[in-house]
Amino acid sequence: MRVELERDRCCGAGMCVLYAPEVFDQDEEDGLVLLKIAEPPDSSLDAVRTAAGTCPNSVISIAG
Amino acid sequence: MTETVSRCPVAHDQLPQPAPLPFVSEDPFHPPQRLGELRAEFPVSRLLYPGGEIGWLVTKYADVRALLADPVTFSSRNRQRANPIREMPEDFKEQPPKPGLFINEDPPDHGFYRKQLTGQFTVKRMKALEPRIEQIVADQLEYMAAKGPVADLVADFALPVPSLVICELLGVDYAERGSFQEWTATLLNLNSTAQQVRAAVDELDQFMLRLVKQKRAEPDDAMVSGLIEAQDGAERPLTDEEIAGIAFLLLIAGHETTANMLGLGTLTLLHHPEQLARLKADPSLVDTAVEELLRFNSIIRVGQLRVTTREVEIGGQLIPAGSSVVASNLAANRDPEKFDNPDELDITRGAVHHIAFGHGVHQCLGQQLARIEMRIGYRRLFERFPDLALAIPLADVKWRTDMAIYGLHELPVTW
Repeated sequence: MRVELERDRCCGAGMCVLYAPEVFDQDEEDGLVLLKIAEPPDSSLDAVRTAAGTCPNSVISIAG
Repeated sequence: MTETVSRCPVAHDQLPQPAPLPFVSEDPFHPPQRLGELRAEFPVSRLLYPGGEIGWLVTKYADVRALLADPVTFSSRNRQRANPIREMPEDFKEQPPKPGLFINEDPPDHGFYRKQLTGQFTVKRMKALEPRIEQIVADQLEYMAAKGPVADLVADFALPVPSLVICELLGVDYAERGSFQEWTATLLNLNSTAQQVRAAVDELDQFMLRLVKQKRAEPDDAMVSGLIEAQDGAERPLTDEEIAGIAFLLLIAGHETTANMLGLGTLTLLHHPEQLARLKADPSLVDTAVEELLRFNSIIRVGQLRVTTREVEIGGQLIPAGSSVVASNLAANRDPEKFDNPDELDITRGAVHHIAFGHGVHQCLGQQLARIEMRIGYRRLFERFPDLALAIPLADVKWRTDMAIYGLHELPVTW
């Protein structure tokens, strides 16, 4: 699994960090999404899917 | 007939006559029945506004979500122009947006304001507030215990907790709550006259401007001072009026919404004793319980107001440019195509996709704070008072059917 972001569209709602904190973080200054692991293990798949599905601006996509 | 129109499932002349927004429910725990009928039969229907304008009501989850994800087509800038519940006077409709009140702005201006704040509301920063919120909740529960039984859960717990939290966060003196809570109540009361609303907005504006001037003179560690400080050397610094507008939005959104969720959520749990028993037996369920209570109650019952900037198709219907649109979060969160048995409360359902906080770039900025307040609030409330019960007959409960944010005016409880 490979996680891709359209970071310029992020609105800093924090849903990704709420549901997949092992994969996503927020910048301390502007609160926008940061990727901690671009290729997270399969054990994170459900959490990443939830993060992608609850992102209010559909910024996260999962490839592979 | 154009290609777009040919995809319309129902021609405009075959839709039901434009009707007012279904607003008052037969059963106060549930949406009005008519809202569900429309979602099933005419998910995009014509809406009659009090001033006579005809707009559109969108009720299906997929359509509401798609609409809210497109803030360029569905603009927030003039969204107060047509209010589905109370008629706004002409001069009110033509007022320019209040500076800094970015709930009424579109991209890119909306993003400019929001980005000043997103760093302040991250999941981590909100989590760091947990010990302080635990303390505020514990103090308020002790206050209730000393006072009762009976106590009013709204006045003694649900309203003070988020009010104290947002006051500390912004740097507002909690001793001033009497004033700002009263102005907010006038603003949200659907029976307030336009003059009353205007007077309350003026009072709140002046209150917020005084706050900004005061923080300029005597800075503290809280958010308003932080915003002022952040303008030093900024490419496009915020004016005092803009900072006041931002503070206005955060103060109102920060206390009224969570307060109503704490009150109504508690009654909802008391009304579903089997669900409450599960939560008491396993308090770790509180996280999913909060999401389910948000979905089930959807307290922004009027819905999200938008105005179309171009002709657009939504749910197969063609909506003209310049139309007022209501996206019903309430109807969407009870859509059986999205949620199984949507009218049943199930605190284990994992309702993570609800849109009680909205969707798209306007989605609630303070939602991570609200989640923490609710998780701690419900959990500690039922730990402290495991035998909590309604102290009056259910039929005597005063529901906020007259307010823009749903909930309870008071909730007398015993234990």
